[in-house]
Amino acid sequence: MSDYGFYLWGSYAVTFVLLFVEIIFLMKRKREAKA
Amino acid sequence: MNWFWYASPQTFYPLAGRVAPWFGGAALLLALAGLYTGFFVAPTDAQQGEVYRIIYIHVPAAWLSMFIYLVMAVWAALGLAFNTRLSGMMATALAPTGALFTFIALWTGSLWGRPTWGTYWVWDARLTSELVLLFLYFGFIALQAAIDDPRRADRAGALLAIVGAVNIPIIHYSVVWWNTLHQGASVSVTKGASMQSQMLAAMLLMALAFWMYSIAVTLVRVRCIIREREG
Repeated sequence: MSDYGFYLWGSYAVTFVLLFVEIIFLMKRKREAKA
Repeated sequence: MNWFWYASPQTFYPLAGRVAPWFGGAALLLALAGLYTGFFVAPTDAQQGEVYRIIYIHVPAAWLSMFIYLVMAVWAALGLAFNTRLSGMMATALAPTGALFTFIALWTGSLWGRPTWGTYWVWDARLTSELVLLFLYFGFIALQAAIDDPRRADRAGALLAIVGAVNIPIIHYSVVWWNTLHQGASVSVTKGASMQSQMLAAMLLMALAFWMYSIAVTLVRVRCIIREREG
């Protein structure tokens, strides 16, 4: 794991950060659409 | 149930609001089950070691990138054929999530390629056609954003979405039609799966999780679009 940790965790971290960011942007758009 | 009742944005709006949280909840539960199976149940790969576990996000993301594009093209075609307002809104709502999964497939594939192939990127048919898919999503989003009238934007975007759908079979069969560094399909309808059953279970759970997530965010986004366009 130690040799390839960067590749494995780099994949998972970027994936879940991007999905989280999409949700944050969507919530912001939802609030603005309701305003 | 009269399905045509829900073809109107006004009637679809409350339905989408009611079901979106259920899809979001299902996505979370399936992702937890998939990650647990992938990291604690599925064994270490004999050749690649632990790094193969990238497969649990890479393959589902790649599947969703193609599937979402096809669904987007179908909605776009329905919009052109029947001139329904909801069809264009659905295609518009799907594009950002499709682009996101395409980027994730490329990113995770690149990080998986470095330790296994010795390089982050090669211009082989599978990788290049997936990159073309990302540009098609960007083109669709940019084209719609460039046209002020939403109905005209829907029609212009629909043409691009339909023409671009030809890239999907090219991505899928690229590993068959050309000699590529990318491996062949891990799961085939005709040949079954070429992987260990617990690995397959984890991958399918994550694919379902991504699918449920895509439905949830698309429904929330289409509600925003309905409010923005029709008040």
